[in-house]
Amino acid sequence: MSRAPFDALVTQHGARVWRVCRALLDEADADDAWSETFLAALEAYPTLAHDTSIEGWLVTIAHRKSIDVLRKRARLVVGDVPDRVAPATGRDLDLARALAQLPQRQREAVVLHHLGGLPFAEVAVQLQSSTDAVRRASSDGVRRLRVLMGEQP
Amino acid sequence: MTGAAGSLPGAGPTLAPDALPRLRARLADRAAERGLLDVAYRALETPVGTLLLAGTPKGLVSVTFDGAAPDETLGRLAATLSPRVLEAPARLDPAARAIDDLIAGRARAFAGPLDLALARGFGRDVVERLREIPYGETRSYAEVAAAVGSPRAVRAVGTACRRNPLPIAIPCHRVVRSDGGLGQYAGGVDAKRALLAVEGAALAD
Repeated sequence: MSRAPFDALVTQHGARVWRVCRALLDEADADDAWSETFLAALEAYPTLAHDTSIEGWLVTIAHRKSIDVLRKRARLVVGDVPDRVAPATGRDLDLARALAQLPQRQREAVVLHHLGGLPFAEVAVQLQSSTDAVRRASSDGVRRLRVLMGEQP
Repeated sequence: MTGAAGSLPGAGPTLAPDALPRLRARLADRAAERGLLDVAYRALETPVGTLLLAGTPKGLVSVTFDGAAPDETLGRLAATLSPRVLEAPARLDPAARAIDDLIAGRARAFAGPLDLALARGFGRDVVERLREIPYGETRSYAEVAAAVGSPRAVRAVGTACRRNPLPIAIPCHRVVRSDGGLGQYAGGVDAKRALLAVEGAALAD
């Protein structure tokens, strides 16, 4: 079985990957994370298992690369809350800042499901968890986001 | 959980439609820097049709006449060369200029490196002989068959010419029928006639 040209993946999932990156980062950093996501995917692509869900795979890399950039920017150690997200404008900044303050599990579930557009079952596969657990984490995460962003619960 | 309770606060980010081409161009550059761009491609508008040019780090590897609808060729390149295929127009600018120059009659030979990875076996032998046909001249399929040492393989030579992975750059258009007819061409007979006319080749019409 042969693989689709990698270019087709960029066309099909480019916007989705950018949504994930931009949810956590300002625009310039999101562009960087977007490139790093597709470069990492390009490197692994020829040997990727044929039954892999392409969108789940890409969204998970995008989340990981975005966190890498966040850590680099904020000089975080694992588990720390970032004290600063690089400056941006408008509501997306509020979302990025709020997302960065969620516990890791909640943030992963929210980003993969709400920004990456993965069904909970696929999120569960990517996070090696159960559908119920990731659904709960996402729901808790969204509730927490509303509080952080000053919306009435 | 019902209704808006399950959705994100705020609209969430969306990618501006004009941002993707810029991101793609940068991705292609970085991929090339890191040695991850195995096959670069671009479309090229020419008087003989919209071409699809594809190149590897070794050189131009494929020219086809389906630049307006390249999916089938890109799928074939992914299967035969590498699935690491990206649109990268800038990387193929020199090859595009060299092809343009040939079509316009400004050059007599393709200026730049060629990668013959897609020409194998007998097809490779034929393609190598095609490169020896002088500018502005033609040879018959039978003559090429004789040149590769298989004088009876006239039909196979025709097939090899049609499958030349690098038409225009490697002049399969200079091979015509013994009776003076133009014979077939991957880009259509009109394209073949136009390419020979630019070279000033004598055509029996």
